Amino acid sequence: MSIAIDREICKGCGACVEICPGRLIYRSEEGWSYMKYPRDCWGCASCVKECQHSAIRYYLGADIGGKGAWLTTEDKEESIDFIIVNGEKQQVITVNRKESNKY
Amino acid sequence: MQLKTQVLETDILIIGGGTAGCFSALTIAEKSDARVIIAEKAHIKRSGCLAAGVNALNAFIHENESVDSYVDYVKADSQGIIREDLVYTAALRLNDVTRKIESLGLPILKDARGKYIARGRRGIKINGENIKPILAKAVYSHKNITVLNRVNMIDYILDSNCVIGAFGFSVEENVFYAIYARAVICATGGAAGLYRPNNPGFSRHKMWYCPFNTGAGYAMGIRAGAEMTTFEMRFIALRCKDTISPTGTIANGLGARQVNRYGFEYIENYKDRSTPLRLFATVQEMLKGSGPCFLRTKGITKEQEADLYKAYLNMSLAQTLKWIETGKGPSSENVEIEGTEPYIVGGHTASGYWVDTKRQTTLPGLFAAGDVAGGSPKKYVTGCFAEGQIAAESALEYIKNRNPTVITMFERRRIRRKKRELNHFFRKKLFAIHSIDEIEDAMQKVMDENAGGISKNYLIEHSKLEYARQRIDELLELARNLNAEDMHDLLFIYEIIDRLYVCKALIHHLQSRKESRWYNYMSSIEYPERDDSQWLKFVNSVYENGKFRTIFRELTGRCEFYEHCN
Repeated sequence: MSIAIDREICKGCGACVEICPGRLIYRSEEGWSYMKYPRDCWGCASCVKECQHSAIRYYLGADIGGKGAWLTTEDKEESIDFIIVNGEKQQVITVNRKESNKY
Repeated sequence: MQLKTQVLETDILIIGGGTAGCFSALTIAEKSDARVIIAEKAHIKRSGCLAAGVNALNAFIHENESVDSYVDYVKADSQGIIREDLVYTAALRLNDVTRKIESLGLPILKDARGKYIARGRRGIKINGENIKPILAKAVYSHKNITVLNRVNMIDYILDSNCVIGAFGFSVEENVFYAIYARAVICATGGAAGLYRPNNPGFSRHKMWYCPFNTGAGYAMGIRAGAEMTTFEMRFIALRCKDTISPTGTIANGLGARQVNRYGFEYIENYKDRSTPLRLFATVQEMLKGSGPCFLRTKGITKEQEADLYKAYLNMSLAQTLKWIETGKGPSSENVEIEGTEPYIVGGHTASGYWVDTKRQTTLPGLFAAGDVAGGSPKKYVTGCFAEGQIAAESALEYIKNRNPTVITMFERRRIRRKKRELNHFFRKKLFAIHSIDEIEDAMQKVMDENAGGISKNYLIEHSKLEYARQRIDELLELARNLNAEDMHDLLFIYEIIDRLYVCKALIHHLQSRKESRWYNYMSSIEYPERDDSQWLKFVNSVYENGKFRTIFRELTGRCEFYEHCN
């Protein structure tokens, strides 16, 4: 269970560094963010949702069944788009902040 | 490493800016002009149990229920070991705090009549992905609340027996803090990471409880000599396998039943429907070869499946990702379930500080709320809000008669002494050959194998507990001589030390209660029967001169007002 940050997309704003509840994300000297302690990630996705550039990829560790798929988000204010990339397939699930949960 | 010293003074120090801590701060700000400092080791916008969000408030009094029926339920589910005064006084406020969080912006699902939509008998459905940012925004709107993010508190400052502040350090800057306050509210949450987890490898932190809640509040209280209660009532969650995601969303929200591998609804074998029973029954199916066990979702509609995807994205993304990644969603395959490793968490069980009805601990000036406060199980989010509110009101009353601490030469010496303790970890010690990770692995192995972890099907062997106690003491000695390279290492070291103290207390409590109760939460091989004639009472402890002293306390009635007397 962890996250990976795409250096090509990361703008170095540091929002993920600030928000991670375990303070597991650090900034490199070049300015971009990186996951320093991948084994300590809870998988809460706070950083994924905080990143305004969709630079953070959330994935399942191989030990819990991960096979390379990953997820990122796009914030649309009233809703969040969860973009799931699974091999060549891509699926977008839009979750309305106020009406998403029926359970 | 040169640490700067920052001495701060405030009216009320709140340690931990999670569910209870933020609500305490809001209560103080709305009822007074007292100055508040929240010391939070993460960032209050996304810290503690609610960092990922939550999709139900599990403690609410619906129209056809009452405060008394709520207390009755908690008492039955906890097999009698509750402080009824605490559960009752929190239950009185459950609906008010729910309306309060709604007024702050939390979306709560309502029916056509405008009533909250129930989830189960005592829950309501919410869209809680954003609950923590909502709370944080409200906290930041008050000028008399100062938030210190990334500041980890490590020990209380005591004046005789009274708590007058706490020491801590910044995880981001080389700063040592001494924060003096007229009252302190501890709201640090419970303890994860004591036992070897379900996923001990790369995904070791993919667990039920927030892995960054490492029992700091418990450990600080133990070291300061506070009376603690019911650590032997461990909490073990029943979760979706691998992702350790919630099962309630499927079981309560969708009405899915627990089945074994033959499709048999094994809960039907039991009259009891309590929380620990549902776990126990699952473990029993595994032991007799009828596992694995599942929540029966196969056959739900595609629409229901799509709704489940959204519900999990709202608070536990890993489960939706798993469904999509494997190409096997809940409509085509039942969801496998398993028990987690045990935790100590007073929001679900009765473990924590022994408090009076006002939530003051046995150390004057120290109040406790949320998962760190004992005697009051099944608080969940709204119970923690209610308790945060009660603790805040009590702290405000307490400070009326308390003057600020004067920083005397004695205090300055004490600050220097504590700072030396931190600096000790930065001095390279050649004899420190073990790493922080090694100590953590060793602790979790000891607890798993000797104090009823997953590998032992949660069974406690009293004859092994003495070995566990000795080994935890040895690991504590090793931890005191670990090397730190930076402030984050220092945090890791204090987290492991805190967890070892919690383990010590837990082992002592397991040794003290000579019966079995709460199914797997405390199931003893040597004492397999529940014995209400002898053990319908609290097992409490106080840590003095390096040893635990056991105190047995009687149960308290719901209309009694409990005060500390001895």
